[in-house]
Amino acid sequence: MTTMRQAFVRAVNEQIDNDPRIAVVTAVISSNEFPQENERVVDVGIREQTMVGVAGGLALAGLRPVVHSYAPFLVERPYEQIKLDIGHQDVGAVFVSIGASYDDPVWGRTHQSPGDVALFDTLPGWTVHVPGHADEVTPLLRQALKDDNRVYVRLSLHENTQAYPVGEGFTALRHGKRGVVLAVGPMLDRVLKAVDSENADVTVLYAATVRPFDSDGLRKAVQDTDHADVMVVEPYLEGTSSHLISDSLQLIPHRVRCIGVKRHAELRNYGTAEDHDAAHDLDVVGLGSAVRSFFRG
Amino acid sequence: MQRIPELFARMTGDEKHEWAAASTIDVLWVLYDQVLNVTPATVDDPDRDRFLLSKGHGPMAYYAVLAEKGFIEESILDSWTSWDSPLGQHPDRMLVPGVEISSGSLGHGLPIAVGTAIGQRIGKSRGRTFVLVGDGELDEGSNHEAIAVAARLGVANLTAIVIDNQSAMHGWPGGIARRFAVEGWQTTEVDGRDHGALFTALTAPHDRPYAVVAKIEKGY
Repeated sequence: MTTMRQAFVRAVNEQIDNDPRIAVVTAVISSNEFPQENERVVDVGIREQTMVGVAGGLALAGLRPVVHSYAPFLVERPYEQIKLDIGHQDVGAVFVSIGASYDDPVWGRTHQSPGDVALFDTLPGWTVHVPGHADEVTPLLRQALKDDNRVYVRLSLHENTQAYPVGEGFTALRHGKRGVVLAVGPMLDRVLKAVDSENADVTVLYAATVRPFDSDGLRKAVQDTDHADVMVVEPYLEGTSSHLISDSLQLIPHRVRCIGVKRHAELRNYGTAEDHDAAHDLDVVGLGSAVRSFFRG
Repeated sequence: MQRIPELFARMTGDEKHEWAAASTIDVLWVLYDQVLNVTPATVDDPDRDRFLLSKGHGPMAYYAVLAEKGFIEESILDSWTSWDSPLGQHPDRMLVPGVEISSGSLGHGLPIAVGTAIGQRIGKSRGRTFVLVGDGELDEGSNHEAIAVAARLGVANLTAIVIDNQSAMHGWPGGIARRFAVEGWQTTEVDGRDHGALFTALTAPHDRPYAVVAKIEKGY
């Protein structure tokens, strides 16, 4: 099976020879995956601030930098560089992270980044992809490499069993009357299982792209139901997209339930990703319970 | 450079000698007058030299030089920092022709400069990158990442000018040039007010990244 990370590496390496704009900037992590003999492949050592600064400079010189590391070191540590060296310079770049919220929990809190999408949400002009399958990564990456915009691609070890078409807004996979569940990226399979196990008569929307947020798609799905009740299930910090749901539905009295990685505690537990899913009620049991209580009556 | 005091006064609103206190004025003047291969007509030319003002604080000297060299209209100096003026207390590249980076937060220019210099190299450009930082600004750790990387990657078309007016809180024992030299940069120290010496230093050949430490008397 191809992982998301492998799909990302392949998409970049396939294009780098054809497109003289593409450059890759890394800080050791994954650097051995890219052709170091290519002058457009730059590894800066374990120096993430400079990784982003160099990417900004390359973009100013007309290149299309792909910037890659483990999520906390790509997004959190050099956050101000992302804000200023990319956004404020008004240049584009493709940021690709691995690790997600807790892909490898044995490494502890230092390697967990549930806040990455929320951080990008503080900055204007970023497209954010949260693919749920390796086969979704390839088309998203190919398009991102061609464009000039600012793109964040959040890769994870956790995948759905099948890929869905990407790049065209939210995809409706179930149609129901009791409300709408929006499942983001790798959350889809477990959302479908939870909905099925509860026999919930809800519409299920799937999103591999969360910014821009498909407000029209959400509004339309809500209007086709009998209740303007929206549950969003995100694989990162709970409530990250709540402001956009509220904006989308501001003319419709509605209820919203946000599910994601909980904010309330500094979890000092190792274990497996499944353990953490359970701790955050992001497993099928937890989601089923949420579906049952939210779509009651 | 005769018109610099007058241009300065359009921003500061008086005829005092504030312009002379600007630590960057002489370096900026020599760069734009004699060193940089860039004109108002070539601000988008891939072969131009790029000057990155990392130390974006106190940009009056920069604006005055840009005005004197025709990159910006002199008249916009009068209303600087007002709501719809393109000129703020920190420069914005999207608002000011000829300004290569938006700066203000310290420690960003040098890493970006490493990127533009590598980008110029990739693009087979004749252009060079010059970046101006302050000695206080060097406190920011991001600079030290970039100093190491620039030398390891052999970014020879990069010149860093450090304005040293001893403003770093805890100083730089052994001198600033040593910080660059130990990483493999070519370095020189020069009187930051001496135009002839600055010209010589800024045009010296180098086959690796090059740091010019321009010493300015404190409180001048």
